[in-house]
Amino acid sequence: MTEMIRERIRAIIAEQAMLEPEQVTDTSSPEDLGIDSLGLVEAIFAIEEAFDISIPFNANEPEKSDFDISNMGTIIAAVERLVADKAA
Amino acid sequence: MSPEGPADKADAVAPAIAPGSNRGARHGLRRVVITGAGTINALGHDVASTLEAFREGRCGITQLDFRDVDRLSIQIGAQVHNWTPETYFNRQQILLYDKFTQFTLLAAKQAVAQSGLNFEGALGLRSGVVLGTAGGGLNTWDENYRAVYEEGKNRVHPFVVPKLMNNAAASHVSMEFGLRGPAFTVATACASSNHAMGLAFQMVRSGGADVMLTGGSEAMLCFGGVKAWEGLRVMSKDACRPFSANRNGMVQGEGAGVFVFEEYERARARGADILAEVVGFAMSSDAQDIVMPSAQGAERAITGAMVDAALDRDEIGYINAHGTGTAANDKTECAAVAHAFGHHADRLMISSTKSMHGHLIGGTGAVELLACIMALRDGIIAPTIGYQEPDPECALDVVPNEAREVRIAAVLSNAFAFGGLNAVIALRRA
Repeated sequence: MTEMIRERIRAIIAEQAMLEPEQVTDTSSPEDLGIDSLGLVEAIFAIEEAFDISIPFNANEPEKSDFDISNMGTIIAAVERLVADKAA
Repeated sequence: MSPEGPADKADAVAPAIAPGSNRGARHGLRRVVITGAGTINALGHDVASTLEAFREGRCGITQLDFRDVDRLSIQIGAQVHNWTPETYFNRQQILLYDKFTQFTLLAAKQAVAQSGLNFEGALGLRSGVVLGTAGGGLNTWDENYRAVYEEGKNRVHPFVVPKLMNNAAASHVSMEFGLRGPAFTVATACASSNHAMGLAFQMVRSGGADVMLTGGSEAMLCFGGVKAWEGLRVMSKDACRPFSANRNGMVQGEGAGVFVFEEYERARARGADILAEVVGFAMSSDAQDIVMPSAQGAERAITGAMVDAALDRDEIGYINAHGTGTAANDKTECAAVAHAFGHHADRLMISSTKSMHGHLIGGTGAVELLACIMALRDGIIAPTIGYQEPDPECALDVVPNEAREVRIAAVLSNAFAFGGLNAVIALRRA
């Protein structure tokens, strides 16, 4: 399950960053990948659509969001939680 | 409207270019003054109640109330409450007027009544209307898409198109008062009203018209209108707190503001009560990003308006900020003002009245011009309410939370739109 989530998110982020999925590692931050604020909002929308979840994210205060976007690892962990909450 | 006189008679009464003794007249241009104002917005259904709310620092933002609001993640807005169109319009008019047109007509009637102008005869030929709106008849789009897509209907009301078109409000204003000169609508997102008022100013100043009704309107508070904005994730779920370190986004509003811009000599000759003088306007384009603002683009419009007005920067006492309450706008705007004004930036006042009436998108500059007129005429500076924590990136005097009494001579009103389109107007005390 975790692996499937990880791969789908990697594919979404890679597409947004115009990179190959292999170039997106768990420690990559959105800035590392060249994703700006609008690109991030777009990627979050794509993740919401892919997993049918709602991600609490306000572009005005990304650091205060419950959804930690520091790097790929934190994004994947947050999506896993939201997917698990939805299944529960 | 009553029959017009012959065209040559209209030409004969067209006033000459203002004499060189006029303070503001440059390059043979005519002076332009405001002789009427009208509004409806979340703070009130007229100018007096709106200015009272500005003085009291009252917030017009409430829980939203319209169909399907429970499916929105944003639940607040500066909505016009107790709006009963049947008080102002007959059944046939209501069928033809989207809410943005209704708001416009109400504001326009107030403005024309205050000006005391009658456009019958020759004056109508020398008068026009230019209005701003971003969404036009968005409620009409929303209702009719719902009917055909969600409810599966295959028939819509015959007036859907004339009701939703962006120029509907301008056209109905022209018909209401018999304005037969230039009439059109400007759509530049959040700068629409400022662009419209700037063009109206230029037309009167250059002699293209003697009187222009101008301002703007927006009625985007419906399910589709708010849902679209949610997508960008820049909306606040709790409050509009411009320049405050803990700001977390914009809050939408709705309503209209309409003004009578009139050639100065004509206004003076008829003894009109002059609310303020419009002295400068400038626009610029960032040519950079569709949503992220540029301090350089904003600064060029600010400086340009002062140059156009022949105002020195230390003459500006107050700026009505664009001040949306988003992280990006407020710090960019403050940087632009700080750079444009140098040391004087620490002495002038800058407030965002969006904290009270919300962001009226294409109508916002029009409602905000009321705060500029109040500052010049009454010496009362409308506050930025909801201000809680200083932000080092917005280190200007933002008139936090309480109105202030200060006599000032000149003001600017900023508007910076998505798409990188900037429009700044300069006014001077009459």
